[in-house]
Amino acid sequence: MGVPLWMYLTVAAALFSIGMYGVLARRNAVAVLMGIELMLNAVNLNLVAFWRYLTPFNMSGQAFAAFVLVVAAAEVAVGLAIIIAVYRNRQSVEVEDVDMLKG
Amino acid sequence: MNFGEGLTPQAIAFGLFTILTIGGALGVVTSRNLVRAAIWLMLSLFGIAGFFVLLSAPFLASVQVLVYIGAIGILFSFAVMLTRGMTNLKERFNTQWWLAAFAAITAFALLMVGVIVPVFGTTVIPVADQVTTTVDLGVALVSGNQYVLPFEVASLLLTAAMIGAIVIAREDD
Repeated sequence: MGVPLWMYLTVAAALFSIGMYGVLARRNAVAVLMGIELMLNAVNLNLVAFWRYLTPFNMSGQAFAAFVLVVAAAEVAVGLAIIIAVYRNRQSVEVEDVDMLKG
Repeated sequence: MNFGEGLTPQAIAFGLFTILTIGGALGVVTSRNLVRAAIWLMLSLFGIAGFFVLLSAPFLASVQVLVYIGAIGILFSFAVMLTRGMTNLKERFNTQWWLAAFAAITAFALLMVGVIVPVFGTTVIPVADQVTTTVDLGVALVSGNQYVLPFEVASLLLTAAMIGAIVIAREDD
């Protein structure tokens, strides 16, 4: 293992920040979901890196990463279904056009 | 990374996966064509799978390739095509994109200062070369005193999400 832990943490922090920019700045709802995927992957990378460097005999890190993966898959399925339903009603996937709940 | 002993294979692979991951992520947030953004996303997730291999988590790496690149990547491509996001020629960023960029850079700087600078340069080596294997992960996921309850709840969540997605996306007739 020639790579120290802080390098993994740096990559994960950069990935999280890029994903956060995508979530905050994109107009298309599908692109926003892609940003969320990037953030979840940064979290997973952190979990596995800490598991490998600090507690490699305990399965918590990998198990948590697996559960994050499951939740991310569920989130993408439901999110894309919502986007398709909104597109069918509004003919738009721009997040700014989805203001049906606005008072 | 110990450059004194020359570049180790792990260090070279780490650099390669970093380029894949960060470059792909930048492509995701900047490309105008959303089909291209989906391809960039797959590239970025492939880089993460490589990191998992480097961190000796082969099961997670294969699941990453199967679920993320295989299933979620295709799902994103379908969503883009169904919503015609690719022919959307309006602005790709909203009017507050500079605020979003500021927030992202601030978050990165805070993470660097708060978490990474204290351990910067310290070569935290893994506590052991011997790690648990995929068999141990499988046992941990189904053994009664470890993760069997979250495991079952996760399968329930997946079923509920699948049914919910079908119900939400179904055409009303």
